[in-house]
Amino acid sequence: MHMTKKMKLSQLSNMLQDLDVESMEGVTIEGDIELNITGGGGLDPALAYALGHEISHVSLHMANIARMLGFPAEQLLASAFGMAEAGQPRALQASPKIQELLASKFEVAKIENWKSQIQEVTLGATSGDGGSRKSTITIGGENALPYYFDAGMPHRNHVTLDVFDMPISMAKAVKANYEDVINDPAEWAKKAVRDFNADMVTIHLISTDPLIKDTPAKEAAKVVEDVLQAVDVPIVIGGSGNPEKDPEVLAKAAEVAEGERVLLASASLNLDYERIAKAAVDYGHVVLSWTQLEINAQKELNRKLMKQCNVPRESIVVDPTTAALGYGLDYAYSNMERIRLAGLMGDDELTFPMSSGTTNAWGAREAWMVSSPLSQDSDWGPREYRGPIWEIITGLTLSLAGNDLFMMMHPTSVQVLKEVTQTLYGAIESEEIDISNWIGAEV
Amino acid sequence: MKINSPLEAYKFLPGTNCGECGELTCMAFAAHLIDRSKKLTECKPILEDKFKKKFEELTALLAPEIREVEIGVGDRVSKIGGDDVLYRHKLTFFNQTQFAYDVWDTMDEKELVERVNYIQDFKKFYVGSFLNVDMVAVRCTSNDPAKFAAAVKKVVETTDMPIILCSFEPAVLKAGLEVSKDRNPLLYAANRDNWKEIADLALEYDVPVTLFAPDDLELLKSMAKTFAAMGTEKLVLDPGTFPTGKQLRQTFTNFIKLRRAGIEGDRDIAYPIMAVPFTAWMAHDDPVSASYWETVVASIFTIKYGDIMILHSTEPYAILPEIHIRDTMYTDPRKPVSVDPGMYKVGEPTVDSPVLITTNFALTYYTVESDLASSKIDCYLWAIDTDGIGVEAAVAGGQLTASKIKKGIEDSGFDLKKDTTHNTIIIPGLAARLQGDVEDETGANVMVGPADSGRIPGWMDKNWPPQKK
Ligand code: SF4
Repeated sequence: MHMTKKMKLSQLSNMLQDLDVESMEGVTIEGDIELNITGGGGLDPALAYALGHEISHVSLHMANIARMLGFPAEQLLASAFGMAEAGQPRALQASPKIQELLASKFEVAKIENWKSQIQEVTLGATSGDGGSRKSTITIGGENALPYYFDAGMPHRNHVTLDVFDMPISMAKAVKANYEDVINDPAEWAKKAVRDFNADMVTIHLISTDPLIKDTPAKEAAKVVEDVLQAVDVPIVIGGSGNPEKDPEVLAKAAEVAEGERVLLASASLNLDYERIAKAAVDYGHVVLSWTQLEINAQKELNRKLMKQCNVPRESIVVDPTTAALGYGLDYAYSNMERIRLAGLMGDDELTFPMSSGTTNAWGAREAWMVSSPLSQDSDWGPREYRGPIWEIITGLTLSLAGNDLFMMMHPTSVQVLKEVTQTLYGAIESEEIDISNWIGAEV
Repeated sequence: MKINSPLEAYKFLPGTNCGECGELTCMAFAAHLIDRSKKLTECKPILEDKFKKKFEELTALLAPEIREVEIGVGDRVSKIGGDDVLYRHKLTFFNQTQFAYDVWDTMDEKELVERVNYIQDFKKFYVGSFLNVDMVAVRCTSNDPAKFAAAVKKVVETTDMPIILCSFEPAVLKAGLEVSKDRNPLLYAANRDNWKEIADLALEYDVPVTLFAPDDLELLKSMAKTFAAMGTEKLVLDPGTFPTGKQLRQTFTNFIKLRRAGIEGDRDIAYPIMAVPFTAWMAHDDPVSASYWETVVASIFTIKYGDIMILHSTEPYAILPEIHIRDTMYTDPRKPVSVDPGMYKVGEPTVDSPVLITTNFALTYYTVESDLASSKIDCYLWAIDTDGIGVEAAVAGGQLTASKIKKGIEDSGFDLKKDTTHNTIIIPGLAARLQGDVEDETGANVMVGPADSGRIPGWMDKNWPPQKK
């Protein structure tokens, strides 16, 4: 019997606790609240205490409701218990007053259908594995979108710096950093690693283009050997972009780099990808599977590389194309994001780490022009600062879509991109900053 | 929104297929409601009394998951929030992130006016129109209500952009409100200590208000629930923007959690989110580093769910990438990426005018066209059908070839020999490798233009008209 009464009070208390203002609609509270405690016999002290406890809670809830309804209950309570204190009596207002923040729990679930892991791909090989790199780099392995709390990200992002086998035209801000090494790819590669903190270097064999110098594949392969000698980081080997010549150039380069597990850039649908894939398989390299902003083409090429050319899954990285900020980055971003989401949800033709030609950002006129060609524009300010940030934001955007490896050019861009991606990844410690009073900060 | 198929919306429509909404059938209109390309009020019949209940029910079902909040008034009103998806390719993001740049009340008055004018005048031409920035945030650094009011007043007199009033002191905000109340400013901010007084102000002046709970989503939700219970849902949530290290990573996590919960239906926190990249200035002393880092933080939270933000750097190298990354995220992915292939006349070309080639990628086409038009170069411009791919990529991918160029020109019924005196085609610098092929295919002279169309005017001065061979 006693228990029953206690239960009832608890229920009343709980019910009141759960009430929010919306559900108060239609509830009327009139006059004094009467609580009848019947049942005969005296109350034992323990029960009396328990009841008192419950009733006090009920009164508090009632008082809170009264306040919500605009009644200054605290004054009533204060005066009733002789606790009246100084302080402005509050005027009654139309809107409900609340004196304590309504309690609430914040909860959000992890994404359930991210069930597949992105393939891990290792670039470079040490002497133990038949190569001569000092260390290797592993990318991929994600189980969630980058930096998300849903699952840990196993590897940080990496940056490979561009090196060319002949002087090319570059934005002024970029060129200033490489003028002393522009005629020497090996020195250029060294500088990228030593001074600019490159994780890898990419040797672009652009002089092999029949429309440029038509350097024979064999000669170009010597440059690859030089670069492999000059640096001990993993490397990427790029062709000239000429679809007739690239397969031959990359096959030869693959041969001289046997065992080094380089990234061959790139196989695409518009050239003899079989030859490039075969070279990768024969000499133990990784293929960059490059398509142009088209998820279905990416699936097709990956499928062909796997099924038709027998490239192992752990030897494929994809490049779904990078467009510069302001020049199609919206397509590039959504294309990558779709590829990564499809991969995480189990499309095994898309579960591959991604690479971005972030250097493309320098094609944007905002990155390199002295000033706007349009007179109506506000002043564009100094281009020395515009260029690197253009490359940074282009890369950062794609990092959030899931890109793993960045091909870049400007040292400042490399430094800032590495810092921000590694911050989001969780690898950067820094002094804690108290932002609670940021408004008053002097800047 | 709570429904996702046209059929579910159709059930509530009058079903008469009257066509007043501009659609042939109610079903077609329903499809536009679901993809949010039309508003329910465009169906006039449903506004009639007899459909009142259906109208109200459907309005509730169609409401976006994240509430929309308005700041400012009239033409310059800024709408924030209103999103329904976590990924832009699933629909599109609505109401682009609003960028507020700060001024402060201890600033020299002349400087303040100059800065406000710079902010409101900033513009950059892009794909047929101008990109701009949106708001002014007035920070109270004096702690003096009168000083703050004077600064706010100056801002109000100088611009009709929406305003954010920033202080944690209720008396300061009240003074600011008194001189800007008819401008529907956003209050910044209620926190754990001042929320009662700030709630009073928000309700009394009926203005939107920001809730600030640095790295405390529970508190943020409590405040949002409490404010809603007190009678206002014009709320903006600031979970704190910590600028560096593990704290920045945590900030990122908080933004993701907040938006995910909102989209998944937790109405208590389904409000627009504010980021404050300004805090980058608390981590960096050197102004270039601070600007860079602020731009980086602003970009992260433009991409990941920030609906409004307060920024400090007004350097072009900060604003330009900021407005472009915003455009990147908020461009409707459903809109076509290409223009119709074919011949376009720029200005009033004659038989002596140059013939230029570009691709039908909308962005490339509009860039080239605006560069030509703004330099008053009369010419013929071909948008070659490259499946909407830009020049460099189309050359690499084989979508821009000599035969495509030949076909494009022929399909327009244009004969270079008869319709021009020069029989010359200018191809983009980025397509230089096609020069020989195009000459062979078309029999015309082929000149290689600059790699960037912004340089066409200078190029024309040097190279046009072509030397007679
Ligand atoms: S106006 Fe309304 S009733 Fe008429 S066709 Fe359109 S949706 Fe149907």
